[in-house]
Amino acid sequence: MSGEISRDEVAHVASLARLSITDDELTTFTDQLCVVLETAAQLNALDLDDVEPMAQPYPLANVLRVDEIVPSLDRDEVLAQAPAAEDGRFRVPPALGEAP
Amino acid sequence: MSDTTETKQVLPDGWEMVIGLEVHVELATKTKLFCGCANHFGDEPNTNICPTCLGLPGSLPVPNEQAIHFAMVLGRALGCSVEPGIFARKNYFYPDMPKDYQTTQYEEPTNEHGAITLPDGRVIAIERAHIEEDTGKSTHLGGGGRIHDATATLVDYNRAGVPLVEVVSGPEMRTADEARAYVAELRDILLATGVSDARMEEGSMRVDANVSVRPTGSDELRTRCEIKNINSLRSLGRAINYEARRHVDLWTNNDQPTQETRHWDEEGGRTTSGRSKEDAEDYRYFACPDLPPLVPTAETIADIDSSMPALPAARRAALAEAAGVAEADTLLAIERGLDGLACETIAAGGDATAVMKHVDQNLAEGQGKLTSASFAALVSMEADGALSSTQVKTVLAELVANGGDPAAIAASMGFEAMDTGELDGLLDQLIADNPDEWGRFLEGDNKVQGFFVGQIMKATQGKADGKVVNQLMRQRAQD
Amino acid sequence: MSDVLKSAAKLAEAVRSGETSAADALAASSSLIADRDDEIHAFLHLTTERAQAQAAAVDAKIAAGEDAGPLAGVPIALKDNMCTRGAPTTCSSKILDGWHPPYDATVVDRLEAAGAIVVGKTNLDEFAMGSSTENSAFGPTRNPLDTSRVPGGSSGGSAAAVAAGYVPLSLGSDTGGSIRQPAALCGVVGVKPTYGAVSRYGLIAFASSLDQIGPFAHTVEDAALCFDVVSGHDRLDATSIPEPLAPTLTNLHDGVDGMRIGIIDELMGDGIEPDVRRRTEQAAEALAAAGAIVDTVSVPATIYGLAAYYLIAPAEASSNLARYDGVRYGQRVDGANVATMNTNTRSAGFGDEVKRRIMLGTYALSSGYYDAYYGKAQRVRTLISNEFAAAYENFDLLLSPTSPSTAFELGAKSDPMSLYMCDVCTIPSNLAGHPAMSVPFGVGDDGLPVGVQVLAPMLQEPRMFRAAQVLENAAASGGAA
Repeated sequence: MSGEISRDEVAHVASLARLSITDDELTTFTDQLCVVLETAAQLNALDLDDVEPMAQPYPLANVLRVDEIVPSLDRDEVLAQAPAAEDGRFRVPPALGEAP
Repeated sequence: MSDTTETKQVLPDGWEMVIGLEVHVELATKTKLFCGCANHFGDEPNTNICPTCLGLPGSLPVPNEQAIHFAMVLGRALGCSVEPGIFARKNYFYPDMPKDYQTTQYEEPTNEHGAITLPDGRVIAIERAHIEEDTGKSTHLGGGGRIHDATATLVDYNRAGVPLVEVVSGPEMRTADEARAYVAELRDILLATGVSDARMEEGSMRVDANVSVRPTGSDELRTRCEIKNINSLRSLGRAINYEARRHVDLWTNNDQPTQETRHWDEEGGRTTSGRSKEDAEDYRYFACPDLPPLVPTAETIADIDSSMPALPAARRAALAEAAGVAEADTLLAIERGLDGLACETIAAGGDATAVMKHVDQNLAEGQGKLTSASFAALVSMEADGALSSTQVKTVLAELVANGGDPAAIAASMGFEAMDTGELDGLLDQLIADNPDEWGRFLEGDNKVQGFFVGQIMKATQGKADGKVVNQLMRQRAQD
Repeated sequence: MSDVLKSAAKLAEAVRSGETSAADALAASSSLIADRDDEIHAFLHLTTERAQAQAAAVDAKIAAGEDAGPLAGVPIALKDNMCTRGAPTTCSSKILDGWHPPYDATVVDRLEAAGAIVVGKTNLDEFAMGSSTENSAFGPTRNPLDTSRVPGGSSGGSAAAVAAGYVPLSLGSDTGGSIRQPAALCGVVGVKPTYGAVSRYGLIAFASSLDQIGPFAHTVEDAALCFDVVSGHDRLDATSIPEPLAPTLTNLHDGVDGMRIGIIDELMGDGIEPDVRRRTEQAAEALAAAGAIVDTVSVPATIYGLAAYYLIAPAEASSNLARYDGVRYGQRVDGANVATMNTNTRSAGFGDEVKRRIMLGTYALSSGYYDAYYGKAQRVRTLISNEFAAAYENFDLLLSPTSPSTAFELGAKSDPMSLYMCDVCTIPSNLAGHPAMSVPFGVGDDGLPVGVQVLAPMLQEPRMFRAAQVLENAAASGGAA
């Protein structure tokens, strides 16, 4: 990693994250992300081949819950918070295609 | 498998199919994978929802012990090694996915490297059987329910977070029939272990088929398409055959398929392109920081193995051996759950051929109050000629419904074998009364045979043995 | 500052003994907020009705002779990234404007069960991403000690609410220093507990493997009291530590005699203002005077903490913040199809810093870059953790500055990287999951408070609080003059 990220890559990443950005913003964001990634490039100095990645700080395993029903939320309370609802369900503009 | 696909040639000479299946199985837990909401099909929309399965800000997942147990049971039933599992996040946007990522196992699934043995003896490798959460359910309004013409989408999150195991096979099946046999076998394993109710129509077992074709004998893997929305075994066969033909057509016309997800259109009998390919798939998997790993102990795995019920392949082998038939002839008995009864009845002295005949023809699912002892006694009475086949059926039905001693039941129903002399007299009378019909029988019209048997049954109130009547008629015709 | 609101421990005692009432304490707090918060802007919303009902319930319990709990009648402020049922919870983001969660965070349940009165929700940098609380969709919070200055961040509102004297206690969340740094800049005590000590259920996630909730207070004792109330196992958080935690209040005044305390060499370098370094050295001297054996210690990988943090935190955030899609709650900006609606909603609803971090995190996780960025950063985490473990073989506690500088002026740090540097001393503890806290220790050349950071091994909060108490006593008796 060199600390370089291109405008195209920033645009691609924005689209993956469902963010639309203007051309001016693209320039600014690209510059700013380059600076952060330059800092990240410091990590290249480290020899990490024999170091395991750490996903969680406190080592736990098999944290499980008993299979018992807990009361659900009130549908009206939940749907009252929705931007649009119809027929007991959340309403959204049409999907373009199927889920992956 | 009771229904079969077309036996005619599907692909032109020189081509073969390469089929891999991804089967999503909903686990039969009381609650969802990561929260205490009911895992229940068919409830009013959005009534089984909580902060966690709705992906509300601040909510957190805690895995369901029973779901993890079921997943490991299935893994062992499929011969997998059960390994430490890590939940990852698969990131993509879709409105029926509350967090806009799916919690699933990626690089470290709970179950890996198993196999399913089909009734014909072929072994299909299972690459992995990983645990993941289901999505909600979208209903597309307008456009006749077709996704591309919809005017809006309504989302119900009752199904969101329901525990699934995705069973992924190797690309090892070569015909639609084989794929169907694989799914049927998996379903039987699920039912035998109680891990899922495995209902394709209700979506508790969903099959996606990865299909490609190649020149016969080659070992290359060409571009595949993933077919979704397959709701029955019949659709599975049709969809695979359609898709494989489509691929051959493309390849033989200097074209080629595009790797994509396709949708099976049951009414149209075809697959259609399912999704725009604008979004390059980059799911940005990473270990979910909210969920510690699952680390099964050797003891847990040993417990699962020791309480594993008999699985379909072992049951087929046992019955085939006991009855002296091919494994392929034991399928109905297994499907009806009568293989244990059949083995015991044969062991108790019941004639194997007769036992298998009744299991296949005269019994339905479940043995009711029928015991192996009474079944064996009944089969012996039949062999001795003490009861007609119609009477045997009647007694059998009574044994299933209420149990009891077959001889006593037969006696109480007034069933006793008629002597041949009595039947002779009845037959003579019938021939005299119906000379035209008898004439046609003598000319070789076998259809009238049924008329005579029927009349005699009527006259004897079913006590006569149809086979004996047939014999008597044939004797008379030769005289 | 109203005397009654100076100490949670004393207030709770007074409420329990009937000397004052929860209702009176609440009224005093409300009156101070009404007087000054237009200027400070510590609060985004007040939960007045709920607070009044809770105060009445506490007073009723006391009238009935029941135990009203260790925080009986104590007004407390919550950072607005903790869910409160029926009351706004915005994370200082437009995208959650108007959302009223249908549930309470576990910490809210525990506070109220202990008799505390939740008076309102405090300002933060949007989704807790920032170090100055300037980056809020609802305007910045000002430092009560000098209103031209920032209070630090991201829990600037909670730090300011205590510093301004509105409440004796507040809760913040700390992902890379978001409790300790504003505590330092506002001259109050701030605690980042061991990862997993306090339930995250109901805390709106920024970076799930780093986030911890912790208290702000005027005194170490109050911070310990509050920590003991909110910490402990929660079945709703799978990362919650199941073992019982040792109480921190019990041996709080046992001192540091014989303790070995190491000053982290790498965090005393040129990046730290000289006056801040001097106070840290004085703090070490105060500990030595109390009987501790003080030395310097090298933890070389701490200098890589910032780089690792700015890959891990954005990566987790990019996934955690995907759910703000306009479908189920919060704001929506419509579009012709659902993807466009998602994009319109997110583009309008998130501020620039949030967008920057989402893009950075998406990049760090994306195909082809995962190993080089996210994967590598996770290995650095292990490295830092191992080096801390090695240091703790020779030391019981570590010491460093909390923030490289005292409170800076609003608008002074406009480029992202200079703000990120604010967290250089605090980030290593988050990466390792260890507890750390900031204690006020004198002032800098500008007369503004300096915070000293006490770091401890996993679950060693009792030891950490004891040292902090020694520093508080020393500062009060002129040790930081």
